[in-house]
Amino acid sequence: MDYTQITSAHEQQMLQAIGVAHVDELFGAISPEFRFRQTLDLPPARSELDLQRDLAEMAAHNHGAHDMVCFMGGGAYDHFCPALIDQLINRGEFLTAYTPYQAEASQGSLQAFFEFQTQVARLAGLEVANASLYEGATAVVEAVLMALRVSGKRRVLAASTLHPDYLAVLETYLSDLPAELCRLEATEGRITVEVLRGHLDDDTAAVVIQSPNVWGLIEDSQRLFSAAHDRPGTCAIAVFNPIACALLKKPGECGADIAAAEGQPLGVPLSLGGPYIGLLAAKKRFIRSMPGRLVGRTTDTEGRPTYCLTLQTREQHIRGARATSNICTNQGLLALRVTMFLSALGKSGLAEMARQCYHKAHYLAGQIAALDGYAMTFDGPFFFEFCITCPRPVTEVIETAKRRRLLAGVAPGGRRMGSIGGPNDLLIAVTEQRTRAEMDALVEVLEELSG
Amino acid sequence: MTRVMESRPQTTHDRPVVATLGQRPAEPLIFEKSSPGQQAVDLPPLDVPTSTIPQELLGAPVALPEVGQHDLVVHYTRLSHRNYSVDTNFYPLGSCTMKYNPRINEWAAGLSGFARLHPLQDDAQIQGALRLLYETRCFLQEIAGLDEVSLQPAAGAHGEYTALKVIGAYFKDHGQPERRVVLAPDTAHGTNLASCTMCGSEVVGVRTVEGLTDLDDLRRVIDEHGPEKIAAFMITNPNTAGLFDPRIGEAAEIVHAAGGMLYLDGANMNAILGKTRPGDFGADAMHFNTHKTFSTPHGCGGPGAGPIAVCKKLSPYLPLPQVMMAADGSFYFDRDRPKSIGKVRSFWGQFGVFVRTWAYISACGPEGLRNVAEKSVLAANYLAARLRDVFEMPYFDPARRRFCAHEFVTVPRRLLEKGVTLNDIAKRMIDYGVHPPTMHWPVQDCLMIEPTDTESKRTLDQFVEVMRAIAVEIDHDPGLLAQAPLEAPVRRADEVAAARAPVLVWEE
Repeated sequence: MDYTQITSAHEQQMLQAIGVAHVDELFGAISPEFRFRQTLDLPPARSELDLQRDLAEMAAHNHGAHDMVCFMGGGAYDHFCPALIDQLINRGEFLTAYTPYQAEASQGSLQAFFEFQTQVARLAGLEVANASLYEGATAVVEAVLMALRVSGKRRVLAASTLHPDYLAVLETYLSDLPAELCRLEATEGRITVEVLRGHLDDDTAAVVIQSPNVWGLIEDSQRLFSAAHDRPGTCAIAVFNPIACALLKKPGECGADIAAAEGQPLGVPLSLGGPYIGLLAAKKRFIRSMPGRLVGRTTDTEGRPTYCLTLQTREQHIRGARATSNICTNQGLLALRVTMFLSALGKSGLAEMARQCYHKAHYLAGQIAALDGYAMTFDGPFFFEFCITCPRPVTEVIETAKRRRLLAGVAPGGRRMGSIGGPNDLLIAVTEQRTRAEMDALVEVLEELSG
Repeated sequence: MTRVMESRPQTTHDRPVVATLGQRPAEPLIFEKSSPGQQAVDLPPLDVPTSTIPQELLGAPVALPEVGQHDLVVHYTRLSHRNYSVDTNFYPLGSCTMKYNPRINEWAAGLSGFARLHPLQDDAQIQGALRLLYETRCFLQEIAGLDEVSLQPAAGAHGEYTALKVIGAYFKDHGQPERRVVLAPDTAHGTNLASCTMCGSEVVGVRTVEGLTDLDDLRRVIDEHGPEKIAAFMITNPNTAGLFDPRIGEAAEIVHAAGGMLYLDGANMNAILGKTRPGDFGADAMHFNTHKTFSTPHGCGGPGAGPIAVCKKLSPYLPLPQVMMAADGSFYFDRDRPKSIGKVRSFWGQFGVFVRTWAYISACGPEGLRNVAEKSVLAANYLAARLRDVFEMPYFDPARRRFCAHEFVTVPRRLLEKGVTLNDIAKRMIDYGVHPPTMHWPVQDCLMIEPTDTESKRTLDQFVEVMRAIAVEIDHDPGLLAQAPLEAPVRRADEVAAARAPVLVWEE
């Protein structure tokens, strides 16, 4: 089924209107040497019935958070998502619209993006936000590119406690630009003001700090950003967890100029790592340097509140090579998801979610640290993710837990996490979804391995 | 056009009237519907003892809306009513391929065995997902006629960027780091140019004549900058004017002779699926837009995906990781690629989008994909043929055997001379239930119309009637168009005021 609807009778009428006898005549501009005369080597067309069967079978070959208990984090988290979101998001009017270039025919998505921008700015504790970027790593990159533009400086000091993928992507993006990436080494899993001061100079465009960081630890962002601001023109960039913002100090409260985040925790399915959504917020004075779509509030000719894409002269379709970014669209449908999620949880719901994450994680950490042979890898304060050093290789721990249908956590020593941890380290994330019984089951497995 | 087009009042055309979006009341912001203490969902009580939270870590509450579940659902449902979409309207937005998005794709992506996989799980636990990614990779390689596909890029522009980095890495590795000039036609997508800048490359424009690359200018520009400086020529084919370039082979030869690569922007792949392959006409690298060609939904602007395909010599430089099939038939992510440009995003790519891509390609099959190309080209040529007596078309002339590909450009000079603007025409189309086409691109004063492969002849005929009705209105009452849209949720938006004093967030 190829979903076309033109019948062969219609085709004949249409060809006649054009004045050709066969549809191939319309492809005359393709010179004969380039015509593909064979049939593409692809599986034959399948009916929907067969497809449903095949897809269900492929899906059934996977294990994940649906049939196991997920303590995995490392940048993607298994949070609760209200059922109404999946129902609303699949409305065709949202699903099948495009970028709202035509304001009058797109007020629904535009207003939702305006609500999204407001919510993201409030979460980050900053004045403005854009209508979203691809995902967390590229959001960090865009924040850094913004800082390079507005500061006119070249050096970027990035915490080594950023998610390894964010650092790796930053490295890729800065490699051909007139910019220099320096990593701030961590002490006990966190960045100290002394280390930062040792690297700061007048050519420092940005200081990038993630909190909670890759170990789940809360960085002393306030003091770090204050040190960064000792150098005039240096931008403080916070990489944040949007759920933590409902409990802990927000980027703006810590003195950040720009904030970037992976928005996946806000109602976006884990989906093996994508599609996700990048969040970007900033102080108002940076708006003309921001990348990506921005929705503004205006009026129509009758004075009614109206929303439209704005400041488009920053963008690639107007400015070409001199645009603030090559990004074309936002992650529209996911921005809608995030907006619905934040509206559904609301002020008290998100705060409660964050509070439960905190207390549950601390309960579990306490239980594990009390076991023989297990210790917290670092001492610092954490939000809902923490690193434990196990008495045995973490691969053994993870495999044993798997047999009890537990995804025990992420191995920071593994290549997928850039080998940042030791062979016995286990990174555990506890969301509001985890019950005491599930946590106790994990503790039991670990205890059996402690001997 | 509802599927609209059934109507509209105040036209010289005699049509039944249906309710349009204009009848909908304004919807306040979600913040304006907030009442302290309201909640749409709740959480179970905390089942563990609380721990202390150091006071100095605590932040101020976040001022999110407080609304009940019913009000919340009403709000977003009403917002949805204020959108035009492929499911409710004819949406001939040129260069965007707004085709029908099959619902089985959404069903599949929502299966918990796909939607709830954590990206850091072991390969052994996600064999079904890896198989799907691997097969998608193979499908795209075959359609491109190129050797290796990377599924990493998140969008078309991200694919351009990634491929340019790959090309740059190849040249650096082959002792030619000075190859940093990227050529692009003056009608290139804006993303092409911006992607070059992000790679630190210099972009140089190449002239187009009658919508096609001027090969003499291509040669001249290469000579001017020195063949040894040329990294790539980025071209869209069929191009942004909706034409398949009959001299694409020659363009490829010129660029290859200079030692550069031909990069194909695959935005218009819908027109050539199974009819010709980029690798066969000389492309060394390209990106696909799955949200254009392979029916993954546009979702008000995303998420899409921009997988890239490259020839063999560029393969070693593709981003990390790559999905592979082992000798025993199992699947894994390969990270042992020492020459790779590294990572371009976190984790492994837009997996959920590829579930939809896989479902679409599998539904169509090879004959179906070719039929998609034929129907999209047929539909565009049909509309062009039916409208050309009223809407002038610079590149379309069946008498001279000059056809369009899957989209066409019209520059309606005669109508514009009556004192209406192109914007007036576009806004009037909204009144008829048609989403306006792309405007002023790739040339000034043009509409770029792409009907896609999934529209019926009935819809196409209704669209012809709408366009003719608007032309009649312009002849009789051009002032009417200046007021359009009359039946959208809002009248014309003051975009100038929006940009002059930007209001990007709600303040109580």
